[in-house]
Amino acid sequence: MKLSRFNIVSLTLCFAFLYLPILVLVIYSFNASKLVTVWAGFSTRWYAKLFHDEAFLQAAFVTLKVALVSASIATVLGTMAAWVLVRFSRFAGRTLFSGMIFAPLVIPDVILGLSLLLLFIAMNIDRGVTTIIIAHATFSMCYVAVVVSSRLVTFDRALEEAALDLGATPFQAFSLVTLPVIAPAVVSGWLLSFTLSLDDLVIASFVSGPAATTLPMRVFSQIRLGVSPEINALSTILITLVTIGVITTSILSKRSALVRAGEAEG
Amino acid sequence: MSDDDKAGSGFAGRLRRALLIAVPYLWLGLFFLAPFVIVLKISLSDSVLAIPPYTPTFDPSRGWEGIAAMFRAFDFENYVWLSEDDLYWQAYLSSLRIAALSTLLTLLAGYPIAYAMSRAPERWRPILLMLVILPFWTSFLIRVYAWMGILGQNGYLNQFLIWLGLIDTPLVILGTPVAVYIGIVYAYLPFMVLPIFSSLDRLDRSLIEAALDLGCSRLQAFWLVTWPLSRPGIIAGCLLVFIPAVGEFVIPSLLGGSRTLMIGKVLWDEFFANRDWPLASAVAVVLLLILVLPILLFQRHAERQQRRAEE
Repeated sequence: MKLSRFNIVSLTLCFAFLYLPILVLVIYSFNASKLVTVWAGFSTRWYAKLFHDEAFLQAAFVTLKVALVSASIATVLGTMAAWVLVRFSRFAGRTLFSGMIFAPLVIPDVILGLSLLLLFIAMNIDRGVTTIIIAHATFSMCYVAVVVSSRLVTFDRALEEAALDLGATPFQAFSLVTLPVIAPAVVSGWLLSFTLSLDDLVIASFVSGPAATTLPMRVFSQIRLGVSPEINALSTILITLVTIGVITTSILSKRSALVRAGEAEG
Repeated sequence: MSDDDKAGSGFAGRLRRALLIAVPYLWLGLFFLAPFVIVLKISLSDSVLAIPPYTPTFDPSRGWEGIAAMFRAFDFENYVWLSEDDLYWQAYLSSLRIAALSTLLTLLAGYPIAYAMSRAPERWRPILLMLVILPFWTSFLIRVYAWMGILGQNGYLNQFLIWLGLIDTPLVILGTPVAVYIGIVYAYLPFMVLPIFSSLDRLDRSLIEAALDLGCSRLQAFWLVTWPLSRPGIIAGCLLVFIPAVGEFVIPSLLGGSRTLMIGKVLWDEFFANRDWPLASAVAVVLLLILVLPILLFQRHAERQQRRAEE
């Protein structure tokens, strides 16, 4: 099938629109001038400056810690929630349960952030890294639940039943039969939670205390005042890491799919 | 679909089932549902200069009497204040307007892309799909920030247009609602493209061929067959853009300037700048009430999608 001219034009425009802003950002991160919009030759001085900025490094460390822990909690809770959504069709409050899974996907961040903060204050929990982790795990688990459940519904349950008939315990049946099949979805759920946590500005701003500043909070307080070459450099680093990550995982998952297909044939 | 399989029968099975339900249920109940009750409670309280900055606070040592006293002190003052001050009306209305218009713009931009992707040769599709998703994995904040450099007075867009000779004086875009529209379309485009693509991808091609055979023009075939059949994707995409856009904070505060009024920003300022927590809570409650209907629609839609996948 060949693409019509109209379709080629719309795809080209789309990708230009999506990628030109990022490309410009990356190019100008190598700009020697302090004036971000005026090109004054190639330089890596902003990268050097970034790596000597203690506050930035500190914030990056906090962000990474929060993202790793919250993504792991979210993956466990989200996979459980997906199981409940797909396998248990009748229990008291099922509609409420699915509502609590789907609503956080769309509810504005300001509402989630404000309400969680007021909860933490009412419960007298000290605000800081822990509260950010709880907040991120809460909304990320809903994304994990959606991603994993979409994989779980297509899973052939006869395989699980066969394992049980052959004497596996339910836990063995899950970990040896079901989990390997839904693993790609679980992994992408974890990755999604990880990036959502790295990304979040609004919720973290509400629920964090004076002791914990995340990278987005730090970036936001700086770019509020205008464009800054240091932030361009930071953005470029993040974009590069994300691109490498996404491409690697997609190649790996494709390869494992090929291996599985090969095994099925052989 | 059977509810319980072999793993679910017997005492151990029932216990396992109860635990599986209880853990995520309690977590969401505590960290998602309970906070809303507290927001509602604080929105009925009064603002004071104290820590925490509202009154009455719940005093468990006084038992029932304490609870009764707390309820007596509740009033709707904050809501009255909201309804009387023009600023809040304006902010809600302009948020809805901006969100609605940018959802429409995102649909207009996203549909042709999803359509072209669904028409692309099979082996290109995964790559095209990845190219659409990739920006979504990149930080939202950075993607919005990128437009600050483009749309500014001395920004790249103005430099380019002046270099082309199309304009003499730089256009003022940054700090106006136009910049907010651009920002929302840009940031939310993947959320529109993906659901539409997935419903177009499932569409049975022979239906279009049948329509063409029966004498429809290409445009008629699109309008009578493709468009209605892609409606579930369109609805999902629009809800995924519209609902968060109404309460958007980052985009209006970075691109919109002081002239763009959006409720997410008002709530943020009420909370962080004015430290009026009861009023901020009231703003949040009203915003949630406005969004309840679209959120329920979204939930119903998501559940239906899931059931369809099961069949």
